[in-house]
Amino acid sequence: MKLFSLTLKSILNRRLTASLCAVCIAMSVALLLLVSLIRQGARESFFGTVSGVDLIVGARTGGVNLLLYSVFRIGAATNNISWESYKDISQDSEISWIVPISLGDSHRGFRVIGTDASYFDHLKFRGDNKLSFSTGEKFNDVFDAVVGADVAQELGYQVGSNIILTHGVSAGGFGEHGDKPFRVAGVLNKTGTPIDRSIHVPLEAITAIHVDWQNGAPPKDGEAVSAQSAREMNLTPASITAAFVGLKKRIGVFKMQRFINNYSEEALMAVLPGVAMTELWQTVNTVEVALLAVTAMVIFAGLVALSSTLLSTLNERRREIAVLRAVGASPSDVFILLVSEAIILTLVGLIIGIMIAYGGVFVAEPFLEARFGLAIPVGMPGLSELRYLLIIFIAGVLSGVLPAYSAYRRSLSDGLSVRI
Amino acid sequence: MGAVEIRNLTYRWSGSNTDVLSIPAWSLDSGSVFLFGPSGSGKSTFIGLIAGVMSPTKGDVYINGINLSSLSQSARDRVRADNIGFVFQQFNLIPYLSVKENILLPLQFSEKRRSRVGDGKVQIEAVRRLLAELSLPDDLLDRAAIELSVGQQQRVAIARALIGEPSLIIADEPTSALDADTRDAFMRLLFAEVRKIKAALIFVSHDRSLASGFDQSINLLDINKSAEIRPEFKESAAI
Repeated sequence: MKLFSLTLKSILNRRLTASLCAVCIAMSVALLLLVSLIRQGARESFFGTVSGVDLIVGARTGGVNLLLYSVFRIGAATNNISWESYKDISQDSEISWIVPISLGDSHRGFRVIGTDASYFDHLKFRGDNKLSFSTGEKFNDVFDAVVGADVAQELGYQVGSNIILTHGVSAGGFGEHGDKPFRVAGVLNKTGTPIDRSIHVPLEAITAIHVDWQNGAPPKDGEAVSAQSAREMNLTPASITAAFVGLKKRIGVFKMQRFINNYSEEALMAVLPGVAMTELWQTVNTVEVALLAVTAMVIFAGLVALSSTLLSTLNERRREIAVLRAVGASPSDVFILLVSEAIILTLVGLIIGIMIAYGGVFVAEPFLEARFGLAIPVGMPGLSELRYLLIIFIAGVLSGVLPAYSAYRRSLSDGLSVRI
Repeated sequence: MGAVEIRNLTYRWSGSNTDVLSIPAWSLDSGSVFLFGPSGSGKSTFIGLIAGVMSPTKGDVYINGINLSSLSQSARDRVRADNIGFVFQQFNLIPYLSVKENILLPLQFSEKRRSRVGDGKVQIEAVRRLLAELSLPDDLLDRAAIELSVGQQQRVAIARALIGEPSLIIADEPTSALDADTRDAFMRLLFAEVRKIKAALIFVSHDRSLASGFDQSINLLDINKSAEIRPEFKESAAI
């Protein structure tokens, strides 16, 4: 095409303003892609917090609330499940596995979860990832604890460290379980989920440390039971906080949910993690929308900059355009010349922007995953990214249309006589 | 039919009710014409109409026998590219193109002129020959146009107007940015080159001291009848 080399040379002639334009677009493209990728990563991390669990069973409350305290370890349960009900449900023939959890204690700000050892086999995160131990193993003794990666890192714990639990989950706590220290038996690998900030102890231990407490108050003098004698007592809990359930056949999940929701002995509820997750995610969705809106504005600013730069060069280019007209260029050639400048600048901006975004993610991803558990997918741009890129491209072309049209009109009225 | 022929031409700006230009008949078969007239007498409009970048309100303009009035805008642009070479007052060259690229520019828009020159290496030779004829050093070839002096730029503009041998050369105040010495050299070269390709020449200037070498000399006010309704021009022309 005869005009193409002319376009390139014209851009090279104004390489400073042209590259500023391209950088402007590149930055907005990079921002858009990063926001989009991080959003996806955040979403995947969020929905990957718990996986492999078909139902979460708890006392009757809101679905989101049950999810918050059982999975995200935020807030507290309003009520418990009695051990009888738990046992009864766990014997249902549809159930493949069931893991009880008991909450209510903490250790230096980290939540303590009473559970049984099968917890480490059944709970998964982000798809099919199983929990794994960086050192040590599952608990063998009543007073063994398995700590999450963050707990171990922040408090400097390793296998063999002694820890003392605090009653209650608020900052100060309501008293120490100082008479029954725990030994760290294992440290889990980083998962990027609340498990990293949890301390797991056997369900029996929760019973044991409270065996001498009365109505939530520490034992009075002389009524305390030593750790050793607690070991020999019957440590079957009276109740648990919630239970994670895996079914033999996923197809039976609604039937099982109905069964639990209508459980006659006790007011219970079962939620599908995915459904509750979606409900919870929608509450933070406004942040997503706000982020996208800000990005859209940045892109708009970039395109306005492109358009105004092209417009501002028009005056100094009037003579150039008149010369082109004189040697035979038509007004539409002038139009094409300016629009193709906008197209080239937009394309260059897009390419640089994509390289910045994906390069940035590629470099930062291992850090983000290790530090925040945020796994950002580094693959080909997805359909939504491609759609955004296409929109930016079209908008870039359109932002060249206004200056090009103005040059077109001017070249008609100026004719060959430009005397500035 | 000659290089330019005008019949019953009138032009008025849209929205205006007086004609800027009204030329019952005028033609240029060959040779050179010196066209003058005070500013405002319609010289730019006259050139715009011959070039086909403006279209007359009424009447016809023929370039080499082709009636521009019957053509579309893009067809008129092609007629201009094929038949007319331009030299302007100043800023004739595209600043970001080299001297060579500037001279070859009309060939990008005119198949006819390109075929007269030839392709590839032949084009460079044609440019070299023109540079030599115009007393421009050969090493200017790949220099950027803006690095040249004004006198050199005007001579490069002649080379560009001449490449591919168009039948009409229009020079619009081409010497007004030049000093006396370069102006004389410019005029000599222009005449020699135009004669060589046997093109017709329309030379527009307000400086009547340049008129001597031309075959004919025309005051635009004499052929532009619409100026009769603007007597101030008549008076200034009579002085």
